[in-house]
Amino acid sequence: MTFRMPDDTRQPPAQRAVNRAEMTRRDLLRSGAAVATATLAPGVTLMAFGGSPAEAAGAADAGKRWGLLIDVSKCQDGCTDCITACSEENGWHDTGHPETDAQWIRKVTLKNSATGHTAEMPVMCQHCESPPCVDVCPTGASFKRKDGIVLVDKHICIGCRYCMMACPFKARSFVHEPTVNQKSHAPRGQGTVESCTLCVHRVDKGGTPACVEACAKAGHEAIIFGDLKDPESAISKRLAGYPSVALRPDLDLNPGVRYSNLG
Amino acid sequence: MERTIYREIKATNTVWGLAILLGAFLAGALGSVLYTEHHGHIVTGMTNQVVWGLPHVFAIFLIVAASGALNAASIASVFGQAPYKPISRLSAVLAMSLLVGGLAILVLDLGRPDRLLVAMTTYNFKSIFAWNIYLYTGFLAVVGVYLAVQMNRLDYKYVRVAGTVAFLWRLALTTGTGSIFGWLVARPGYDAAIMAPLFIAMSFSFGLAVFILVMVTLMKVSGREVGWGLLHRMGGLLAIFCMAVLYFTAVQHLTALYAAEHAGFERFILRDGGHVTFYFWVGQILIGGLLPIALIYLPYIRDAKSEPVWASIFVIIGGLAQVYVIVVGGQLYPLEMFPGYEISSTFNDGSIGSYAPKWPEVLLGLGGVAIALLAVGVAAKILRILPTNLSDANVPES
Repeated sequence: MTFRMPDDTRQPPAQRAVNRAEMTRRDLLRSGAAVATATLAPGVTLMAFGGSPAEAAGAADAGKRWGLLIDVSKCQDGCTDCITACSEENGWHDTGHPETDAQWIRKVTLKNSATGHTAEMPVMCQHCESPPCVDVCPTGASFKRKDGIVLVDKHICIGCRYCMMACPFKARSFVHEPTVNQKSHAPRGQGTVESCTLCVHRVDKGGTPACVEACAKAGHEAIIFGDLKDPESAISKRLAGYPSVALRPDLDLNPGVRYSNLG
Repeated sequence: MERTIYREIKATNTVWGLAILLGAFLAGALGSVLYTEHHGHIVTGMTNQVVWGLPHVFAIFLIVAASGALNAASIASVFGQAPYKPISRLSAVLAMSLLVGGLAILVLDLGRPDRLLVAMTTYNFKSIFAWNIYLYTGFLAVVGVYLAVQMNRLDYKYVRVAGTVAFLWRLALTTGTGSIFGWLVARPGYDAAIMAPLFIAMSFSFGLAVFILVMVTLMKVSGREVGWGLLHRMGGLLAIFCMAVLYFTAVQHLTALYAAEHAGFERFILRDGGHVTFYFWVGQILIGGLLPIALIYLPYIRDAKSEPVWASIFVIIGGLAQVYVIVVGGQLYPLEMFPGYEISSTFNDGSIGSYAPKWPEVLLGLGGVAIALLAVGVAAKILRILPTNLSDANVPES
C-alpha cells in the first residue's frame, strides 16, 4: 500500500496559495497525525486528509456552469486534433490495447439510419447536471463541482466501476495498467476510473479546455467553451440563437455538453 | 423419534481431502489477486465495455444464493414447518458463508482493494451500492444473532423473532442486489423494477439448490443419514422456485419485447447473441429451469433419491448462466447514445462487444466459492450445527 500526499488540485491555484500561507499550528499537528495515521491506516488517511467533494465544490464558483457546444457540421472527418490535445494535456496514451486503453474523448461516426447521412463528432463526459455516475458511486468519489464539472476523486475511488455501468455515454475509462509519465495537474492511478475533467486545471486558471484550443488552432472552431449561466457568453448566445440537442434527452440529465447541426 | 442431536463432524481423511482441495482453490484465488493487483486488470478479460466479468458473475450468484440458503431456517422459524427445524442452523451458517465468499470476490476484484477501509467509512447514500454494504454486513449480524439464538436453545418465541427479522432482511438484501441493475437507467438490459423480484425468486431457487448439495455432502462425509422424505420435500420446493424464476424471466423479456426501443436488446439476448443466447436458452431456461422441474415432477424419475441432488446441480449451472446473461450480456450490447443512428468509433461504440475471461478471473471466482464452502465446512467441524440423523423417522412432522 502506498500513501499519497493530499490532493489540493481541486482548488484554484490562488486559493491553494492562501491556504498554504494560512497554515496554522492546528494544520501542523494535523500533518503530524497524518504521518502517524499513514503508517496504520492508509484508507482512513486518504479519507480524512484527501479533501472531500464538499471542499472541491467550495473551490468552484456556483454562479457558473461550464459547458461545451459542439457544432457537428464544423467537425472535420478524420481530424483527431481534439483527441491528441486531450491525450497530451492529460497524459493518457494509446498503449496498443484499444479495448482497455483510456479514452477521455473519442470521435464517433454517426450514420442516420433513415437518410444515410454521416457525420463525425467528439464525445466525452457530458458533465450532466444530474450525473448517474455520481448517484451510483458508493464512496462519493464521483462528484460534481458547483460549477457543473463532474470529476473523480482519485483518492477515494475504489475501482468498483459502477459509474462505468451507469454512464449513458460510455465516457469513463478504467485504468487497466500501471501509469507512466503522469501530468501533475491530472493525476491518474491504476485501478481507478477516470474521464474528461473539462481541463479543470486550465478552467480554474481562467483558461479553456485543450480540445477547444486545438480545434480552434486547426481552424475548425467546432467546439465552443463557456459559462452556460452567463447569458452574454458566446456559448449561451449560440445556444439561444440556434437549435441544439443534448445526448439522451429522454434521461433528463441536462448535460453541460450540447451538439448542434447533428443532421 | 428421538430428540434432534447436533454434533460436530469428525476430521476424517475425506474431510481433510476436501479441505485441502478447497484450500488449493483459495491459494489460486490469492495468487490471482496478487497478480492482478501488480499488473492491473489488463491481465483479465474485462475491458472498458465489459467492466464487470466472471468474478462478478460468481460474486452475485453467491450473494443471491446466500439469501436463499436461509430458506430452510425461514421456513422453520417464520412459517413454523417442523421438518425444517433440524436443518435451520446449517441454513443460517451456509447463508453467512456464501455471503462472505461472494463479498470476498467483489472486494478482491476492486481496482483498489487496499481501499476497503474507504469503502467502509465513506458513503454516498444515494448509491444502492452503499446501501448494499449495510445490507450485507447487517445480514451477517442479523443471521449471526439468529444462529446464536437457535444454538442457545432459547424459548421458541425468540427464535421466531430473530428468524422473522432475518427473513425480512434477506428480502431487503436481494432487493438491493437486484436494484444494482434495476436502477441503472442508461442500459437497455437493465433499468427495470422487475430486477428486484426476479433476484428474490433467483435467490430462493439458487440458495435452496446450494443448500441441498451442501447438506447432502456434509451428511455423507460424516456418515449420517438423510431421509428420502426430507429431500423430496425440498426438491418439490425447488421446483416451485424454478417456476417462479421462469415466470419472472418471461415477464421481464415479454415486457421488453413489447417496447420497440428494447427490441434490439431482446433480439441480442434471445436470438442473435451467440454464446449469450446459448447460455440463455440452454443454460438458464433448459438446464436451470425446465430440466429440474421435469426431474422433480416426472413419474419414474421423481422417486429416485438422487433426483433432488441432480435437480440442484442443474439449478446451479442454470443459475450461473442466468447471472452471466444478466451481467455480461447486459454490457455486451452497446449503449444507445444516438437512437435512430448507426454509430461507430475507436471505443467500440455501436457494436456488440466481446468478452473472453482469463484465468485470473476464473481463479478468483472459484476462490470465492471455495471460501464459502471452506467456511461452512469449518463451521460444521467446530460448531454443533449438523444433526446426527436426518432420516425420515427422525425428522419432526409438520
